[in-house]
Amino acid sequence: MTLRPDLAAIAAHVAPGSRVLDIGCGDGALMAELETASGCDARGMELDGALVERCVARGLSVVQGDANCDLADYPDKAFDYAILSQTLQTATRPDLILDELLRVGRRAFVSFPNFAHWRTRAALMFGGRMPVTRALPVSWYETENIHHVTVEDFRDLAKMKGATIERAWFFANEKQIGAPAANWRAEFAVFELSR
Amino acid sequence: MNAAPASPVYRIPDPLPLDSGQTLEGCEIAYETYGTLAEDKGNAVLVCHALTGDQYLASPHPITGKPGWWERMVGPGKPIDTDRHFVICANVIGSCMGSTGPASLAADGQPYAMRFPVITIRDMVRGLVALLDGLGIAKLHAVVGGSMGGMQALSLAANWPERAARVLVIASTARHSAQNIAFHEVGRQAIMADPAWAGGDYYALDAKPDNGLAVARMAAHITYLSEAGLTEKFGRRLQDRAAKGFGFDAEFQVESYLRYQGSGFTRRFDANSYLYITRAMDYFDIAEEHGGKLADAFAGTEARFCIVSFDTDWLYPTAESRHIVHALNAAGAKVSFVELAAPHGHDSFLLEHDQLDRVVKGFVE
Repeated sequence: MTLRPDLAAIAAHVAPGSRVLDIGCGDGALMAELETASGCDARGMELDGALVERCVARGLSVVQGDANCDLADYPDKAFDYAILSQTLQTATRPDLILDELLRVGRRAFVSFPNFAHWRTRAALMFGGRMPVTRALPVSWYETENIHHVTVEDFRDLAKMKGATIERAWFFANEKQIGAPAANWRAEFAVFELSR
Repeated sequence: MNAAPASPVYRIPDPLPLDSGQTLEGCEIAYETYGTLAEDKGNAVLVCHALTGDQYLASPHPITGKPGWWERMVGPGKPIDTDRHFVICANVIGSCMGSTGPASLAADGQPYAMRFPVITIRDMVRGLVALLDGLGIAKLHAVVGGSMGGMQALSLAANWPERAARVLVIASTARHSAQNIAFHEVGRQAIMADPAWAGGDYYALDAKPDNGLAVARMAAHITYLSEAGLTEKFGRRLQDRAAKGFGFDAEFQVESYLRYQGSGFTRRFDANSYLYITRAMDYFDIAEEHGGKLADAFAGTEARFCIVSFDTDWLYPTAESRHIVHALNAAGAKVSFVELAAPHGHDSFLLEHDQLDRVVKGFVE
């Protein structure tokens, strides 16, 4: 089974045998990979009950919950890694979620679509309308993305939160690209943080 | 009771110690099994029944002749697959389908009646653990229960953590709320207000406190259903009449239904058992048993948990399940939780529900 590129990058960099919390785990693809390939103890949180059901049916430990409030359930540093993939931009308060990630996990992986990708910029600049692009395919009125964020915004937020950026990966067209000018060139970004 | 259930009966060799400090001598547990126990005895699944349930999980009830209470869930190729698992269901102590309860004979040859000691959920589980010992099953593949069955599953996980690898708790709670206790007290008072109850010593008499027990069942039955479910099923429709009769017959369909439920129940259940089991449920508070902190009840557990609630269950609402999940997370346990959508309230766990089937199958497999 092929993982989405951002998930594959995360899977490749989680230390084997770690305790992992995957927030917004979807159908559990990353969790399953971490458990089978890396021998991790993976737990998940997912808002959509139908997806939770699919996770439980495949033998994963997933709790139906809302990342905006239910992370408070977990003790400090309960996990080696807390993972938030493609969910930060949908959170009510991304800054508070980041705090919670760094509280429950010794390290955090965060992936998100980069709103400063050149296609998005061009669409807004020349089209004058909220961009609908390959990476952001849903119209402004029905998108779940309520806090559009860029690579540079995220770096600023991490700095403000006193978090250290351990590593970062950038993707365009489903492929990993280099870090230079990532804020222009990356459709998606993955950051590994510690605090 | 007066029925003679065909189930095998295990006689616990030692006196069973109880939370009250008393002991129960010669305690018997009636049980049913389905499927075949593997040579390593590693494929056993214990299903715990609810308040008025019994061991007839997937085989016909000897009194009513109705199919087993969870036949849609347990059987060959079903979510709890008896082709793979050895499924055990035992009548809890205090009940009346073959296990020792208030209708059983005490040492003096007379029914215990109200001399039966007050028991707790943990005492029921003590009885179940004794049965597992008797069957030579050291560790269950899974313990599964809905409602009061879920309480037993939680109690087993908290007090005998080495006895189950998986714990599935459906539409249940870790403690009885004031509202839960209040509804039970209505039921108990209905029984005790029936002159035929006779202080519990009615076993030798012609009349049983059927009226009181039926009212208790009617009140409880309302709590098992959702308001929307009742409205959909009955609305304000009248029963067998075109207009209101200005009397007190069961004029509304919902009245007729409840009366039917109530009277049917008295044919298969002992009123004193109802008193004892509801009392055990009211005493249930796992946190209290473990120094006031629910997470401590599950500290160090290696079992996997799955907690399921239903969105229209107002008896044991989702918040109670979340409370359990919170504690399990704090204890670092492997836990899954899902709230399923179902129109029928608390009873949804017994009814047709494809999503529940998939969750149970996936978790128990």
